[in-house]
Amino acid sequence: MRKMKLSARLSLAFLMLISLMAISAPLITRHSYDEQNIQRRLEAPSHDYWMGTDLLGRDLYSRMLYGARTSLTVGICTTLAALLLGLLGGATAGYFGGRIDRALMRVVDLFYLFPSLLLAILLMIFLGRGLSGILISISLTAWVVQARLVRGQVLQARELAYVESARALGLGNARIIFRHVVPNLWGPIIVSLTLQIPTNIMAESFLSFLGLGIRPPLSSWGTLAADGLRAIRYAPHLIIFPGGILFLTALAFNTLGDWLAGWLDPARARILPSRQ
Amino acid sequence: MAIYVIKRLFSAAITLWLLVTLVFFLIRLAPGGPFDEERAWPPEVKANIEKRYGLDQPVYRQYATWIANVSRGDLHESFQYSGHPVSEIIGSGLPISATLGVFALALSLGAGIALGCLAAWREGSWIDSITTFISVAGVSLPAYLVASLLILFFSLYLGWFPPALWDSPASLVLPVATLAFRPLAVIMRLTRSAMLESLRSDFVRTARAKGVHERAIVFKHALRNSLIPALTQLGPIAGGLVTGSFVVELIFQLPGIGKHFVQAVLNRDYPIVMGITLVYGIILLLCNLAADLLYAFADPRVRLEEERTA
Repeated sequence: MRKMKLSARLSLAFLMLISLMAISAPLITRHSYDEQNIQRRLEAPSHDYWMGTDLLGRDLYSRMLYGARTSLTVGICTTLAALLLGLLGGATAGYFGGRIDRALMRVVDLFYLFPSLLLAILLMIFLGRGLSGILISISLTAWVVQARLVRGQVLQARELAYVESARALGLGNARIIFRHVVPNLWGPIIVSLTLQIPTNIMAESFLSFLGLGIRPPLSSWGTLAADGLRAIRYAPHLIIFPGGILFLTALAFNTLGDWLAGWLDPARARILPSRQ
Repeated sequence: MAIYVIKRLFSAAITLWLLVTLVFFLIRLAPGGPFDEERAWPPEVKANIEKRYGLDQPVYRQYATWIANVSRGDLHESFQYSGHPVSEIIGSGLPISATLGVFALALSLGAGIALGCLAAWREGSWIDSITTFISVAGVSLPAYLVASLLILFFSLYLGWFPPALWDSPASLVLPVATLAFRPLAVIMRLTRSAMLESLRSDFVRTARAKGVHERAIVFKHALRNSLIPALTQLGPIAGGLVTGSFVVELIFQLPGIGKHFVQAVLNRDYPIVMGITLVYGIILLLCNLAADLLYAFADPRVRLEEERTA
């Protein structure tokens, strides 16, 4: 195995640290995330409150850690759900081709053409605000990326000798797709997953920022930033911390994904996903 | 060529119809209605209001009415701003959103292509490192954070530009910068990798062997080939500008249609949601068509009739 680049190593370490802190949030915070202390509103970072307090005198550090739980959960779960949907859709379309392919690709094109966040906004009001609504609406809008990727790869793989020989051996379609074709696609899929997670974390923060996401008193990095923006004139730390941590997390995922793409396929530099 | 454009327009019309149908039923069937907020109206009053707007009809009926009216150019009246037709609301907001979008697109294309070329030309230099960082940071920074940092520094600290509102050309600067940041990063990145590829290609080596000036090689020969990836991304970039405008118009308090859209969705103002969906759909479809035409224009190898497999 070739040596990991320093930036990729740092990113991995950062992501592991953040996840660990999110998991052990109750152990490493002194204040509850919804404990209000009206006497100590909008305080700057101090020894008592490491990241200061918000409009209602709640500890920002606690809210950030609990927000990390929400944001990371959303990022990871929606990516996995999108992968599952994308695998099913993309593999079916790519393998069978013809009419099934055209119909599925029509849907994918519609999703591609129309910004996925716009559809997510509409889905949110359909599903109602809250964590489950967020999970479903982001999964339902993110799957097209995976579907496209898988379809393209399957289209190429379909013509290869090993698929033909599997067919000659009399194997069923589903078996050929999921036992033989898909396992060969893991490389590009893992890269695209690493890049999808930050996209979805940002989608959640976008929806929460517009007031369509997580309900208070629960927090996510997006809701914290939205609250912070209202106080930008007198308490800028309220937006700098949540926005900054979101930025670093997304940066770490993107750096890692970049490195993975180059590591798995050095000949082809990755082209950034440019949706949204 | 003309046949291709007509074909594409026809297919775009079908996509548009699918889109508005999807959105129509999605928002009508969503829980909550436009008139059941805060004020608890007597049932007779509510029934009267719903009758006035045709909301007492079954959904498919409302759909048929809406389609029929739209084809006559009538987008109905807004619920929230009663008495104001949707076309009037869009007419007042669209110029602002479009100004933002066009400036942001121009800035991201211009600066993105220039920086991408520069980075590829000076591969491995400090300029290259900085642009590489910007390109990763650009897709990792949420728009609200870009906006906040710009407001904090340029309007609250330096006081150069107004932090919000729409009253002078100066109030355009921060929103456009916010909106352009992400597409700029994407375009820069695409241009850089395409440029690197061109610079290694045979025709550049031939030009070098002929003794063509280095600057002419980069900016005349290689550049033309390196524009293609950025052009193909025009569609998604336009889509990104649309969603970006929601956040930007909200933060900077600009009276564009992005802000109206989010408000209308929250208030279940069906006619506005549908009207803006229609406008966005048309704009995005045209951007995609333009991208494909430009693509064929820039790269003669691409034949338009062929279906491009992505």
